[in-house]
Amino acid sequence: MANQAISDVVNGLVELPPRVSEWRRFRRVFFSRSVVVFGMIILLLFIGVAIIAPLIAPYGPYEPDLEHTLQNPSAAHWLGTDALGRDTLSRIIYGTRTSLEIGLIVVSVACLVGITLGTLAGYYGGWVYIIIMRFVDALMSFPMILLALVVAALLGGGMRNVIIALSVALMPNYARLMCGQVLSVKQNDYILAGRAMGASNLRLMRHVVLNCLSPLIVLITMMLGVTILAEAGLSFLGIGITPPTAAWGSMVNDARQYLLVLPILSFAPGLALMLVVFAFNMVGDGLRDALDPRLRGLL
Amino acid sequence: MISYLVRRFIQSLVVLVIVSILVFVAMRLLPGDPIRMIITASNTESFTEEQITQVRHEHGLDRPMFIQYFDWVGGFLHGDMGKSILQKVPVSDEVVRRIPITFHLGILAFIIGLLIGIPVGIIGAVRRATWLDTLVTTLSNLGITVPIFWLGILLMYLFGLYLNWLPVMGYTSPFTDFWLSTKQLIMPVFCLAVFPIASTARQTRSSMLEVMHQDYIRTAWAKGVKEQAVIMRHALKNGLIPIVTLAGMGVPMIVGGTVLIETVFNIPGMGRLAVTSVLNQDYPYVQGIILIVSAAVLVVNLMVELVYGWLDPRIRYD
Repeated sequence: MANQAISDVVNGLVELPPRVSEWRRFRRVFFSRSVVVFGMIILLLFIGVAIIAPLIAPYGPYEPDLEHTLQNPSAAHWLGTDALGRDTLSRIIYGTRTSLEIGLIVVSVACLVGITLGTLAGYYGGWVYIIIMRFVDALMSFPMILLALVVAALLGGGMRNVIIALSVALMPNYARLMCGQVLSVKQNDYILAGRAMGASNLRLMRHVVLNCLSPLIVLITMMLGVTILAEAGLSFLGIGITPPTAAWGSMVNDARQYLLVLPILSFAPGLALMLVVFAFNMVGDGLRDALDPRLRGLL
Repeated sequence: MISYLVRRFIQSLVVLVIVSILVFVAMRLLPGDPIRMIITASNTESFTEEQITQVRHEHGLDRPMFIQYFDWVGGFLHGDMGKSILQKVPVSDEVVRRIPITFHLGILAFIIGLLIGIPVGIIGAVRRATWLDTLVTTLSNLGITVPIFWLGILLMYLFGLYLNWLPVMGYTSPFTDFWLSTKQLIMPVFCLAVFPIASTARQTRSSMLEVMHQDYIRTAWAKGVKEQAVIMRHALKNGLIPIVTLAGMGVPMIVGGTVLIETVFNIPGMGRLAVTSVLNQDYPYVQGIILIVSAAVLVVNLMVELVYGWLDPRIRYD
């Protein structure tokens, strides 16, 4: 029966549907929603701004100009100046660097540690599972910002410590996702076949991890937005990035006391923050639909 | 059912014990020496090694770590959370005074999140691909991304400073002055509720869309059930499970939000206390707050699981 069908195809008796490559299917779904495309454009713009910040920023981000403090927007200073006379636009442009840098590093660290712990827990099960996942549950039972707050309190503020704090707070998400994925992937026949062929645990785990990539990519994109938002929250509370480094959260906080005089000083950095987070979320949504629509509702 | 509950309860207790150990050890790793802080706080200009040893002894900090731990946990269970290093007041007094404030904010945000989020999500799903749906989707996507501390400042400027409609900051108990209390709460509660509203609406919309394709919904339409009954009785009840999960997960988000919002609106709740005690390295406070918050989150998780069984009788607890 099966042979008959194959020979029909080979002899050109049956026409096969045209093959759609994975990549083309991905592209079609990904670019089908205009809001995803909008998110992608915004994201590319911000990444570009972060890379060429020194070329496009009209002033240095740390250049005080005590003769022109708290200025309204003008031709010389498009978004005005802060209490030290620093150009708001330039500080927002440099703030893009701070945000994206922290987002990337935190997500990479959290992802690596989380994947490792989650994979070990899911793959070995038993006591390894209980110990790792109870620890992860414990971390997940506090609100992310509170957890980051405590770690930041232990270590103090500053870029490096913010990165550590947020990585600790974010890691459990990856561990939990990975553990669940591994538990289901390891039931597949190809893992059993691999084991039967005598593949080592490490080699099998590699296969398991590679088969969990889709949800991971989606989670990574979405978590970039969450991380950037959390960093801004910490900096806003005065526990994150320390001055004078340009960070959106601390800019909003510094500008708070001049709200009545110069509201744009608070509004502009927050708007940039919201746009970036929105863009990451939309691109994450698009990736989810394009890579694996079954993840809808899970991520 | 009972044995399942007992098991889940024990599991939650285990998590809570792990949290308490993590917090306890973490606080002992603080860079500053609490003893020196106690002495500096009491304005003693110079102090001898002897004095330090004495204070250390008074606070029981010269005993082995694990004895200190059991002492702390034992005290906690009796409602004694130690004394603040800086203010010299019992932590429990301050915490008991502040919990109702944060609870008040949080519970309102939680309820509003569900009350607005679920109907909005249903509208999006039922009127799929119309301008209403586009509006719902766009607003909820914005709602899950807006930085709430920034939204708070925006509202404060617009309604507080510019239009002068609402008080800019502060908190009054509803039992003292209900009208003032409500006016003061509008902006902070709205900011806290934005994320729950938006995420509930998103989840409701997508789980309703999924349920609306099911055969039993077509059957309901076919036998002439009214639209309202199809949506509310047949579709919504089946679509609620992921929404309940999400609402449960939203609780830590709201608690985390209070940290930011209480700072923006200068509300003397637990969140504000968490920030100031972290900034002051007042570790008895930090320990107490963390433990209370995680206990609350664990209780909510347990409640969520119970609601599942009520919503979907197929779920068996064994």
